[in-house]
Amino acid sequence: MTQHDADASVPALRTDRLGRRYGKAWGLRDCTLEVPVGAVAALVGPNGAGKTTLLEMIIGLLEPTEGRVSVFGEASRADTAETLARVGYVAQDHPLYRDFSVTDMFHLGRAMNPSWDQGLAGARMDALGIPLKRKVRRLSGGQRAQVSLTMALAKRAPLVVLDEPVSSLDPVARLEFMRDVMASAADADRTFLISSHVVSELERFCDWLIVLAEGHVQLAGPADELLGAHRLLTVPRATPDAELPGTAIHRTDSDRHSTVLVRADADQHAVQGDIGWQADPVSFEQLVMGYLQRRTTVTTHGNPAPAAQRPGPNTKAVPQ
Amino acid sequence: MFRFRLDGSSGVPPYLQLVHQVRQSLLLGYLREGDRLPTVKDVAADLVINPNTVVKAYRQLEHEGLAGGRPGQGTFITATAAPVPPQAQQDLRASLEAWLRAAGEAGLDDEAVTALIAVARQDLRQDLKKERVQ
Repeated sequence: MTQHDADASVPALRTDRLGRRYGKAWGLRDCTLEVPVGAVAALVGPNGAGKTTLLEMIIGLLEPTEGRVSVFGEASRADTAETLARVGYVAQDHPLYRDFSVTDMFHLGRAMNPSWDQGLAGARMDALGIPLKRKVRRLSGGQRAQVSLTMALAKRAPLVVLDEPVSSLDPVARLEFMRDVMASAADADRTFLISSHVVSELERFCDWLIVLAEGHVQLAGPADELLGAHRLLTVPRATPDAELPGTAIHRTDSDRHSTVLVRADADQHAVQGDIGWQADPVSFEQLVMGYLQRRTTVTTHGNPAPAAQRPGPNTKAVPQ
Repeated sequence: MFRFRLDGSSGVPPYLQLVHQVRQSLLLGYLREGDRLPTVKDVAADLVINPNTVVKAYRQLEHEGLAGGRPGQGTFITATAAPVPPQAQQDLRASLEAWLRAAGEAGLDDEAVTALIAVARQDLRQDLKKERVQ
């Protein structure tokens, strides 16, 4: 059974002021975050936000320019066998050798991973009805994704990283793939980190949320706490941000009123809606979209939130 | 075995939906003391949801005294609370159906009915609160 509080002392993943520079530009900077053991964490952000850069440093494919990554308390170092064994990785395009059979892929997995679980690999293919002798190039997209997931699960890595795992799959294959991910997330102490563009689908899968934009962490923490700490306020249009309870994250103005996403964990009035304005709970999607639009939006009343109210680039869970 | 369902469009957090379903099934007599709830893993796979959501729902049920975990065996219904007596349930339902019929004849659609019930419930709560204060 997966529980966040099983062992709070050693997180499954921790990054500390992690950064990576490509030439003069930073792909990711000041990234400090934690994911507890047993969580299913969503990594969300637009293209170019730094998601792949972060994932590649976690799995040991890319050396950080600054800062550090640790997985289950041990520092991740690029291109070391220890790091590779602790992290399972399912890449976006499910890269497998096209002329290999499924059996060949599993032989490769066994040769490369000392803790390889051949029984699990075979049983999953059986349950999914994927013939072991079939060549990879003759598998459907959904089957390739499943073989790729099986490779990550069978190496018994305690942290499994999925990069846009279902973006190439049809709705049924998507559901079947995520069904297997959810079932294996129920197994003891396995932690998932899933990057995705499809925000609306993530709510039911994930209990931990990381929003990345422009190379910085915008928001990170337990999804239900983050949802509980935000409200959508409906206020008269001219109401300045400074008069709102909590911190204004993003506002949408219409003719007479504005809808404002506020973070108000310290302000019970806003949370309870006892402020004279309409205060509604936010959905997962509204929360994520609010933070994604935060920096890039120029507010129509020409009064963007002062920089001091924005979360620092190294904010972990509480950008106050 | 009891099976949960999930309404993705209801806006109610998934874990609360699970809790509500157990409470409701207890009231209606679909679940009884001693019944075993499906395992966390089975619910996670069945509904394709985060297993921690199921853990959270089961904890809430334990907290409310409706269910309890037995090590190695699973989670069982422990509630002894009597469901709504069948006669009372039948009577209430009959008067509600009569009311709904009258509302329909008066031209109220589903949305108007829901709104009216919400307003009436809100007013009733206020009245009860006042009565208690006095």
